[in-house]
Amino acid sequence: MAILTIQILNSLLYASVLFLIAAGLSLIFGVMRIVNLAHGSLYAVGAYVTAWLVGTGIAHGVPLGWLFLMLPCGALAVALLGIVIEPLLLRPFYTRAEEYQLLVTFGLLQILEDLMRLVWGGTPLSADTLMDALPIIKIGGLNYPTYDLLVIAIGIVAAVVLWAAIYHTRFGVMLRATSQDRRMASALGLNVGLVYVVAFGIGCFMAGLGGAIVVPTQAAVLGMGVDALVIAFVVVVIGGLGSLKGALVGAIIVSFVRTAGIQFFPELELAVLYVIAALVLLVRPTGLFGTA
Amino acid sequence: MVAQIQAPRGRSGFGLAAAATAVVIVLILAPGYFGTYQIQLLIFGLIAAIAALGFNLLLGYTGLLSFGHSAYFGVGAYTVALAAEHLGPHSMEFYLLVGLPVVAVTSALFGYICVRHTQIFFGILTLAISQVIYSLALNLYWVTGGSDGMRVPRPALLFGALRFSGPSGFQQFITSYYYYVLAIFIVCVLLMWVIVHSPFGKALQGIRDNEVRARFLGLRIRRFRWIAFLVSGTFTGLAGILWVPLEGLTTPDVLYWTFSGEIVFTALLGGFRNFTGPIVGGIVYTYLKTYMVAHTSYWQLGLGVVLVTLVLVLPTGIVGAISLVGQRLRQRRSAA
Repeated sequence: MAILTIQILNSLLYASVLFLIAAGLSLIFGVMRIVNLAHGSLYAVGAYVTAWLVGTGIAHGVPLGWLFLMLPCGALAVALLGIVIEPLLLRPFYTRAEEYQLLVTFGLLQILEDLMRLVWGGTPLSADTLMDALPIIKIGGLNYPTYDLLVIAIGIVAAVVLWAAIYHTRFGVMLRATSQDRRMASALGLNVGLVYVVAFGIGCFMAGLGGAIVVPTQAAVLGMGVDALVIAFVVVVIGGLGSLKGALVGAIIVSFVRTAGIQFFPELELAVLYVIAALVLLVRPTGLFGTA
Repeated sequence: MVAQIQAPRGRSGFGLAAAATAVVIVLILAPGYFGTYQIQLLIFGLIAAIAALGFNLLLGYTGLLSFGHSAYFGVGAYTVALAAEHLGPHSMEFYLLVGLPVVAVTSALFGYICVRHTQIFFGILTLAISQVIYSLALNLYWVTGGSDGMRVPRPALLFGALRFSGPSGFQQFITSYYYYVLAIFIVCVLLMWVIVHSPFGKALQGIRDNEVRARFLGLRIRRFRWIAFLVSGTFTGLAGILWVPLEGLTTPDVLYWTFSGEIVFTALLGGFRNFTGPIVGGIVYTYLKTYMVAHTSYWQLGLGVVLVTLVLVLPTGIVGAISLVGQRLRQRRSAA
């Protein structure tokens, strides 16, 4: 029973990180109609920046409590990066065929992956001080780190805040209007360019936050972003590209299937996920909640 | 998707044939002038060209962007590796005999599933399915060797007539294998030329440019796309089959989705709106990557910058740009 509880908590932990990545990917697709292949790398940048900030903080004797502030800082850094990337690299491609959109984000992926290696080197960068700073609790006689519960909580808060922002704020209305009909929104006087920058920034912030909260539980390593991207793809394909609810449900499905897979059929664990994604695409190409 | 209309080629078939003959003669004479290493690079280039040529039947002629062509390349490579380990002779003809049906069946099967969608969903579907193969190759380590991959011994060529052992075996193998691959490459190019200029190829281009109109003309669109996918995957798989004896090792890297990205890159580099584009792209990409890997450990960064620059300023690729310049010159001449 205790093992089951812990496995469920592990799934939820993985689900919150996946949700943060996939929701950003989905938001960017929903508003800008761009599938951002570099999204996983942005998640990795979040992880690296956070780990680096925490490491630097420790070296300069920053008190432990303050180190937790590095988590949002890592996410903000990625958001800033996104705000630079969108007008510079993506804006010229909105009116062009989607092959070019995919390719430019693929080029961006290659650049980001090597830049991370250039800046932080090939050795993994860890920030486990944060995880060790929080107590370990007992669940049915088994140890469980409180930090993992914090990650789950952040995932839930992020989902609620994002939902509220999209469906209950003025900016959310602008965002949805732009998503539905870019030209009409523009004709009604919306600054579509600004909406795009902010939407991309939010998407990047989510990815960066995912990387930031995951890095204390596992070190930042090269290639983590490229791996994460395909899983995030599976999530948005199951849930539906461009749907927030879809990203949430997809993240939960994928993380539970993956946890069960690692437990019961470790060799086929990843293959099963891709098969599920392919099946969903065949039967219901818009995913469970997608409309696009 | 924005329909892009290909300008009709003004050049005569005769001129093209003459240019092709000249290129073939240069390629045949090449081993006399270059060292083993350069020839080895050239083989890799020809193989990449075959892969890109196949890929481009889908992207350039059918208008479908596959982000999962690593699957067919990798299935070809792994089939050869498995055949070499478990079945009989280390002979290239045997590898081809075993490998080609396997890649054809795989592409037929995956294609049947994937052509149900177009545009971005097609891309994601091809990617997802290719990753099934990747994760199997990675995780079924007792069959595939996991991330260590599988070694492939140097095969004999021409039904065992050419064997390569001893101290100069490698050098002899490279020279012979060069002509072997060159011959297959020429056959592939001719075959693809016939395919894209046949009524079937014209139908594909019709579907690409206007799906609704093609349907009203009575074309069975999904069937056409499926056959295009089958041919495309088989060409790329053939490249994988030819690649693995030269590399001597296959790892799951050739199945990973970023390798599919490299194939897309290759086609775009040469220009996917031209028949010769992917061929040029395959060879140039091989040299570009080798050069970058040799000069900097941050070669991926360099390739990324090249790719972004390419899509920003030169979306028609090398061949597209050259033919555009040629067109301008001809126009100026006829105006004067």
